[in-house]
Amino acid sequence: MTYDKTWSNRIFDGVNYTLLTLIGLVCIIPFIYVLAVSFTAPHIVAQGGFILYPKEISLSAYKYIFSTNTLVRSLGVSVYVTVVGTLINLVFTSLLAYPLSRPHLKGRSLMLLAVLFTMLFNGGLIPTYYVVKSLGMIDSLWSLMIPSAISAFNLIVLKNFFQQIPDGLEDSAKIDGCNDLGILFRIVIPLSLPAIATFGLFYAVDHWNKFFSAVMYINTNTKWPIQVVLREIVINASSRIGDTNIEEMNIQPLTIKMAVIVFATLPIIAVYPFLQKHFAKGVMLGSVKG
Amino acid sequence: MKGGCAVNTQANAEIRTKESAYKLRWLKELAKDRWLYLMALPGLAYFLIFKYVPMYGIIMAFQDFKPHLGFLNSPWAGLKHFERFFGEDQFWMLFRNTFLLAIYNLIFFFPLPIVLALMLNEVRRERFKRFVQTLVYIPHFVSWVVVVGIFYILFTTEGGAVNELLFKFTGQKIPFLLEPEWFRTMIVTQSIWKEVGWGTIIFLAALAGVDLQLYEAARMDGAGRWRQLWHITLPAIRSTIVILLILRLGNFLDSGFEHIFLMLTSTNREVGEVFDTYVYVKGLTQGQYSYSAAVGLFKSVVGLLLVLVANWMAKRFGEEGVY
Repeated sequence: MTYDKTWSNRIFDGVNYTLLTLIGLVCIIPFIYVLAVSFTAPHIVAQGGFILYPKEISLSAYKYIFSTNTLVRSLGVSVYVTVVGTLINLVFTSLLAYPLSRPHLKGRSLMLLAVLFTMLFNGGLIPTYYVVKSLGMIDSLWSLMIPSAISAFNLIVLKNFFQQIPDGLEDSAKIDGCNDLGILFRIVIPLSLPAIATFGLFYAVDHWNKFFSAVMYINTNTKWPIQVVLREIVINASSRIGDTNIEEMNIQPLTIKMAVIVFATLPIIAVYPFLQKHFAKGVMLGSVKG
Repeated sequence: MKGGCAVNTQANAEIRTKESAYKLRWLKELAKDRWLYLMALPGLAYFLIFKYVPMYGIIMAFQDFKPHLGFLNSPWAGLKHFERFFGEDQFWMLFRNTFLLAIYNLIFFFPLPIVLALMLNEVRRERFKRFVQTLVYIPHFVSWVVVVGIFYILFTTEGGAVNELLFKFTGQKIPFLLEPEWFRTMIVTQSIWKEVGWGTIIFLAALAGVDLQLYEAARMDGAGRWRQLWHITLPAIRSTIVILLILRLGNFLDSGFEHIFLMLTSTNREVGEVFDTYVYVKGLTQGQYSYSAAVGLFKSVVGLLLVLVANWMAKRFGEEGVY
């Protein structure tokens, strides 16, 4: 649909395009600033000002990060929790979504109702903490993965996705001697790969960004994921990161802060292009169908 | 062994004669779907253990909960913890902080994704539209720690870029992060920056479903762009707006726990402490399990009531509602 080139339309479009460009810039400039400062030589950062590109490139902040145990270890913890946690998420979610997508299954609507109710009401922080504690998960990395094994919302959307697969395919697989488990892994999941990938990435983002559950459940600082370390360095501004002292190293604390932010953000920016193709569709499917 | 077998076959025979055909068929169906039930087992166990046991655990709010005695054996305390909570001076502070943040979010945050979606919808150049969308979605994917961290670095009075610019133009610096009066503004600004783009997705989906012929017809009748917006586009997404408003009211009291937790400092506690952060402090750092469970329960019940009321109102106004 095109509009006539009247003046009022031109002004409307002009204002609209300008505003949208500004909004887009406001969303992205802070990240560019962080990236630029993290690569800028300390003496230039010390002069202050708004740096949008590094005038003099320096890798000292990154060298520092990789010289400390704390930061490298916390990156390792985050990678481990993200990879293992996402696998657990996908297995648990698909295994439950498939039975829930079979209309003939007895007790199905009761199970669905039980799942939906958890979206409306929950036991709250303290009883949940107590359950995790009783299971002996405190201070174990399992506490970051098992208590969030299934998101009810993702489960319902995946169930709806499975339901759209034509029944005929499953019937013919049954005739060929497949049981339900075989159907799920050989037919349903391969056909739903775009959806599985989207949810895999959503879950992975959740795990990577996980902060509060680590504060709550993990006491030993060697098991902290990157987000908790990031908070210590940037928000609590503690110059001592576990085993080394930033000020002793004679580096701009600001560039270190920026470099840690880059590491805490990088994986998401890296998966974003792959994610973007699918998520809008996935989210819409879920929100429209409930 | 031989005897056991004989008894079994006998028993089976008896069962077969006694049980109704209906029940047999039912069992057969269960057996036929045994793989499906087996598959569902881990997921159902998850919901049972991590969602329903904590719901049952709410009874600790009515007990003097002792961890070594558990939910089952701790002594009962009646409404003691609730009475204490409502009697505390803190109660009204928490109530005010929680509600003000929620209302600020509703007024300043809720309409913005709708406005942004309408603006994007007016863009006819697909590439430009997709480019802007890509940019505005990005902040949604980073953690609250990163968002709060970036704001700390940009807004600090000690060399933060925003304050340096302010100083250049006005000769003054504003302590955005230290002054309690800036706390709510900062919280709402951060929420908007992180989520406004992401919030457009659902409205853009609704807008994509509008029949283009309606616009053609309106233009034939001489309607300009504003009139088309007002008479076609907005009514078309009305029900989406109402549903999201209900959902928002359902989470009215959840003003973003992790977010507020990260922004709280000793200087802004008076305006920043909300029910959720109070539950954390009392329960997990001071070990008052029962008392903070009671506070949590109060919040959940108020939240649940808000959803039901909002849904009822939506139905009264002729919308579909969510439940």
